[in-house]
Amino acid sequence: MLNSLLRRAGQACVVLLAVAMLLFVMLRIVPGNPVTTMMGEHADSATIERMTAEMGLDQPIYVQFWKYLTGALRGDFGTSYSLKKPVTQLMAAALGNTVKLAVFASLFAWIVGIGCGLLAALRKNSLPDRLFMGFSLLGVSMPVFITAMVLQYVFAFRLRWLPISGADHWASFVLPAVALGWNSAGNISRLVRSTLLDILEENYIDTARAKGRRPLGVLTRHALRNAMLPVITMMAIQFSGLLSGAVITETVFSINGIGQLTVQAITGRDIPLMQGTVLFSVTVVILGNLLADCLYSVLDPRIRKEA
Amino acid sequence: MRRTPKQASNVGPEKEFRAGGFRDVMRRLIRHNKLAAFSAAVILLLILAAALAPVLTPYGETDMDLTCRLAAPSAKHLLGTDEGGRDILTRMLYGSRISLLTGVVPTLMSMALGAMLGMLAGFRGGKTDTVIMRTADVMLAFPSILLAMVIMYTMGDGLINVFLTLTLVNWAEVARIVRAETLRLKKSEYIEAARVAGVSRPRIILRHILPNCMPTLIVLFTLNVPTAIMTESSLSFLGLGIQPPFASWGRMVNTGRKYLFNAPWLCFAPGAAIMVCVLAFYFLGNGLRDTLDPHLQDR
Repeated sequence: MLNSLLRRAGQACVVLLAVAMLLFVMLRIVPGNPVTTMMGEHADSATIERMTAEMGLDQPIYVQFWKYLTGALRGDFGTSYSLKKPVTQLMAAALGNTVKLAVFASLFAWIVGIGCGLLAALRKNSLPDRLFMGFSLLGVSMPVFITAMVLQYVFAFRLRWLPISGADHWASFVLPAVALGWNSAGNISRLVRSTLLDILEENYIDTARAKGRRPLGVLTRHALRNAMLPVITMMAIQFSGLLSGAVITETVFSINGIGQLTVQAITGRDIPLMQGTVLFSVTVVILGNLLADCLYSVLDPRIRKEA
Repeated sequence: MRRTPKQASNVGPEKEFRAGGFRDVMRRLIRHNKLAAFSAAVILLLILAAALAPVLTPYGETDMDLTCRLAAPSAKHLLGTDEGGRDILTRMLYGSRISLLTGVVPTLMSMALGAMLGMLAGFRGGKTDTVIMRTADVMLAFPSILLAMVIMYTMGDGLINVFLTLTLVNWAEVARIVRAETLRLKKSEYIEAARVAGVSRPRIILRHILPNCMPTLIVLFTLNVPTAIMTESSLSFLGLGIQPPFASWGRMVNTGRKYLFNAPWLCFAPGAAIMVCVLAFYFLGNGLRDTLDPHLQDR
């Protein structure tokens, strides 16, 4: 098992390196000199030349990439053009809010997703089942910015229950977490429902019932334990998705996080910042997938033995 | 995509594939899946509305009426007006052209690219397979909205660049699914028979593999159109996608955001349009999947 996991980890590293390279090249084929963008149009050509040399932009692209890579491994992602601060420092400052948002959104998604999926499976084709599945479908099909703005309008502006935006208080995270987590709640509840429905048809469930075990015992000890397997892997993947995918939610609710930093980098044509934030998100996604693989093989005795 | 009964019987027994002609599929859809049939009707209506926009509304796309700015919905302006006094419903009708186009065109392009590369990877195997699928892995490692943002940044704004971006974002998933399908088909007896009979590789791919991938591709198409519409609207919402004077629904939500609290119809009307459109394609896709391609279900 360890072997296959190590191989997976190796593959993940290769993919990450390829992503870094692709990103580096893509951001550098954009026409226009970043130095002119940074210094404004009035800088004279001698200064521009000096700055270009100072920033190492006159060197061949593979030299630049090597420098970037070795720096990144030491935790140095360069200096932001627009904010004039180290990218690492900017990201570290923004990370807290993004993590908070992802954790709250995941909690919402897990609790609501598992709860709705469970109830829907137990009362298949009943009114609650249809309602929950409709709710999850809405979450899967609504663009995040629309959900976010509807929530903001109804609960913050009309009802005044929660703050409209910002990240000062835990209450400010409630609406963004719901907006961000809804999609994931929908996915999880559909998965829980369908896995549980499959499992409830299995022979060992009949056996457990025939032994005279109480329905609740059958559900928790026999059905749920088996149903959780795919759900837990999905939860890992979704968590990394939430951590990396908060661009729009953070923009709508003006939360200073990695997502908003990415948008700022794009509008400010700030290459180092863009590189750092996007690379961060990709790393999170790759790690999430890796974690899901590990969890799967640790939790499923069949896979554990096989490997 | 009419299929003669003879072709359909070619399909291996391992696949419960019962597709008939287009009419047959529609009949089955209407009988067994009312929601999907209704969604097909909604999509048809949307397309008609987009095509007939100039006939359906008395206002022009950019007609301004400065005496009537940010007006609430009324008999004169059914969905109200925006900050320039332009009729929202009119803007939405014209916007549906761009939104539907950005749903359909890049999806067709990414399907063509993904299907071609997927079939090539699955059929040739070896180094071709490795190169194509590892490239796909790299693309799939990006969260799609971030990849779209970076590509848009690299290429610059504009409708054509939005098309290209969405194509580059979505081809990898198609390639992965088509490759799996090709690998499955490759093992079937009639491909073996064609190979033994000396049919050339390109011909096998085009005449045998592609037609048998068609049901999968059609289902993927209906499910990818809403994804493309959502990605475009998200890009436009961030101010990166479609640029004025074009108005897509996402772009309208973006400009309307400033007035969310005093004129919410600016955001919510186009927002609702995006939702209806996405849901309709989604239901239709699910219905088609159940009718055409049962084994895709666990996707």
